[in-house]
Amino acid sequence: MSLTDKDKAAVKALWARISKGADAIGADALARLLVVYPQTKTYFAHWPDLNPGSAPVVKHGKKIMGGVAQAVTKIDDLSSGLLELSELHAFKLRVDPANFKLLAQCLQVVIASMFPNDFTPEAHVALDKFLSNVALALSERYR
Amino acid sequence: MVKWTEEERRIIRGVWEKVDINEVGAQLWARALIVYPWIERYFGNFGDIFTTTAILNNPKLAALGKVVLSALDTAVENMDNFKGIYASLSRQHYENIKVDPDNFRLLAECITITIACKLKAELSPQVQATWQKFLSAVVEAMNSQYK
Repeated sequence: MSLTDKDKAAVKALWARISKGADAIGADALARLLVVYPQTKTYFAHWPDLNPGSAPVVKHGKKIMGGVAQAVTKIDDLSSGLLELSELHAFKLRVDPANFKLLAQCLQVVIASMFPNDFTPEAHVALDKFLSNVALALSERYR
Repeated sequence: MVKWTEEERRIIRGVWEKVDINEVGAQLWARALIVYPWIERYFGNFGDIFTTTAILNNPKLAALGKVVLSALDTAVENMDNFKGIYASLSRQHYENIKVDPDNFRLLAECITITIACKLKAELSPQVQATWQKFLSAVVEAMNSQYK
């Protein structure tokens, strides 16, 4: 389900409205991932504290949103734009790509809760498609 | 059968009492059809559902939203017997309406998002986890007669 021009415009418009809150969105989304899908905690056993609001969760949430921001700028060619990130996830982090879907869902819940008036059904479908395509691009180098 | 702690029951009731069935019901199918347009296959006799505007203003969709949420209300009141209360609905969706059960999961996603818009920060990570456990159990019960 590739991104149409309409989808790209909707994603950019939504991003423009929410990007100032990116750090908070990232921290909340990651916190939710760890609580709602506890199996994801297996990737973070090296952190002293996995609770919502903890320093490592907040810091890493910010890093994740940096990746999302990058994806928005590379929306016209996500596969090549996210190549390095894909290699990182495939060869170094070795995150099971099924988890990208889980994080995407948590991101959407956070954005819906923080920006209910902006997360219209039209913005929702565009973001859902965008995050699916980001997941696909991140999976690119896995095998 | 799914087991519920007192805390989980309290959380689910807490979420549900903030849901206005009329308000959320009216929005539910609009979001589902816009986000997952292939669901249109089940709505042949609902009139115009082919543009965003038509979807958002379709009274039959709004009415069906309330029907779905009333069924969810029954689940909130009968937390220990989802399989029992949903058996005939499951069979109806399988044999009569012939709905691909993956759609139950998609609708559940839309319910969670709509509730997130309404509850905002009150849908904390722990509340979200419990609410999704509840919806997953309902979805499983709706799948139960597909055999």
